[in-house]
Amino acid sequence: MRTILFIVRKEFLQIFRHKVMLPLIFLMPIIQLVILAHAADFEVKNINLYIVDNDMSQASQQLIGKFRACRNFNIVGHSFSSRVAYDEIQRGNADLFLEIPPHFQRDLLRKNKGSLQLSINAINGVQAGLANAYANAIIQDFNSQIRMEWASLAARPALPGLSVTFSNWFNPEMNYKTFMVPGILVLLVTLIGMFLSGMNIVKEKEIGTIEQINVTPIRKYQFIIGKLLPFWIIALVELSIGLFVGWLIFDIPVVGSLWLVFGFAAIYLLVVLGLGLLVSTITETQQQAMFISWFFLIIFILMSGLFTPIESMPPWAQSITRFNPVAYFVEVMRMVLLKGSNLMDIRHHVIVMLTAALAVNVLAVMNYRKTN
Amino acid sequence: MSTNAIKVESASKRYGKGVVALDKVSFEVGQGELFGLIGPDGAGKTTLIRILATLLLADEGYAEVNGWEVRKDYRKIRRHIGYMPGRFSLYQDLSVEENLHFFATIFGTSIEENYDLIRDIYVQLEPFRKRKAGKLSGGMKQKLALSCALIHKPAVLLLDEPTTGVDAVSRQEFWEMLRKLKEKGIAILVSTPYMDEASLCERVALIQKGHILSIDEPKKIVSAFDKPLFAVRTNDMYRLIQDLRAFESTHSAFPFGENVHLALKNPIWPEAIQAYLAGKGHTDIEIHPAQATIEDAFMELMGQEEEVNQ
Repeated sequence: MRTILFIVRKEFLQIFRHKVMLPLIFLMPIIQLVILAHAADFEVKNINLYIVDNDMSQASQQLIGKFRACRNFNIVGHSFSSRVAYDEIQRGNADLFLEIPPHFQRDLLRKNKGSLQLSINAINGVQAGLANAYANAIIQDFNSQIRMEWASLAARPALPGLSVTFSNWFNPEMNYKTFMVPGILVLLVTLIGMFLSGMNIVKEKEIGTIEQINVTPIRKYQFIIGKLLPFWIIALVELSIGLFVGWLIFDIPVVGSLWLVFGFAAIYLLVVLGLGLLVSTITETQQQAMFISWFFLIIFILMSGLFTPIESMPPWAQSITRFNPVAYFVEVMRMVLLKGSNLMDIRHHVIVMLTAALAVNVLAVMNYRKTN
Repeated sequence: MSTNAIKVESASKRYGKGVVALDKVSFEVGQGELFGLIGPDGAGKTTLIRILATLLLADEGYAEVNGWEVRKDYRKIRRHIGYMPGRFSLYQDLSVEENLHFFATIFGTSIEENYDLIRDIYVQLEPFRKRKAGKLSGGMKQKLALSCALIHKPAVLLLDEPTTGVDAVSRQEFWEMLRKLKEKGIAILVSTPYMDEASLCERVALIQKGHILSIDEPKKIVSAFDKPLFAVRTNDMYRLIQDLRAFESTHSAFPFGENVHLALKNPIWPEAIQAYLAGKGHTDIEIHPAQATIEDAFMELMGQEEEVNQ
């Protein structure tokens, strides 16, 4: 026990002495959190809309007025030519244009139907999809309004129709930051766990100090615990800082129990630290370790459900995410922080994490050899 | 105690296919003996020391340190040996004092407890005790490494090329320290590629290509060299070796410092050599009888070994 303490003390001495390491560990996460949470926002604002109104009627003005009132759209110009509008998209000045054909209002009144054309720059698929959805919503709104008005003008009973309304549970304002920040916190904790721990042991190999350690009476488990414990502590401290910053700046709700979050994080870190350790046992230099860690980390992050929902992945990809520890932690963070899930709700996640922690660490310790 | 500090019996180690690092090596080091492992780079010195330090397992053979077998009792061995790898292996970002303290604590001891053992070495480091190990000079690094290897009062010291890359003065000091440690009853196995350091050991093993060529006191190894020996130099040193090797009475000719050491098959007068060389067109010919050194003995043994192999 005392030996572990000596190793932990030595590790902290080295970490806190490092000129880059200390600010990196504590400052970078805060900076990243602040920047990433703002950047990783899926809401599309300031869509540049160009109007081609060939009708110039009351109806067309009413429709344009609706677009003008919507804060997501930003009307950048008018013209009578769709060619000019197209050029505007080419130059990047407009993201989409709305073309209202001549006799739009007349057709609407006489034939009881009208047609409109939306042309959207779809290089950025996400943005195009959202712009389309927003625009359609506005047009639908315009449509039902106009039917209501003219129906009452004609003194006919209002046409029956289904209307769907909704409310967003657990994130009533659909605030993306509320949704993203818990996930980003997972990434930061993962980075610390996987990189620093793995890199640290490989570094001893690389500079040869492991030779000297290996001939001491330090036992294998003592060395490994002594090596991993400091990063386990640092990562949990980091999580606390991150949660505090999230609460302070982004007003992240903490509906569930913080104890549960930290308890799960403690188990999750065992998995991540174990993975770092495993990587360090099979590599000889920090460069190799870095490369392998990155490979896994990129896959873990992209398939974690943080940026794209797991539900939208193909079934084979979904089954891969069952082996992704990051996905479990992202889900638990959101469940507990936003929804207030309790231990019973996340028991499946806890069991999976505990099993993974055991498997990864046993494998890593078995792989680590003091003698060749 | 009758057990040897180190005992190795026909230990062999192969790396991959074909590369033989050690080939049936056997030797013993007595309690409190200063034993030298002398040989060129790649001879197998490091492999042998790593096997004894329990860092490497031999493919065949038997090895024990202080009466403990290296496979079975590795844990006891680790507690009672001091090992200094060929490469500086202390924490460069920790200070002199912190390194020493760390190694003392993981052996369950303290600097104060065994201070008398390292005092002579540590007083020289004392002015730099707050300095980081990475910022020390080569000689100072070696002294710190030795202090760390000694801090738990080991019974056996294993030193892998401790003087490689260290200046002449520091080398001398280092050997002086080893002599003092030997007087304190610590058995020391030290490897070195420098032949001149062999004479500072009580006994040496000459090792080449994983084979031990000879084990004896340095003096006896030298005296076993019984051929007449001359130091020869002329204006054209490169051609000199070729010409001497072609000479009928020559046993061997090797460059030695700024001379060529010429060993003869049978005693002849130096004048005969002079006449031969003059006939080959050499000028400024100088020929002196030379005292055989351990290097001559080593070259001789290597030559014999190669003949056997052929």
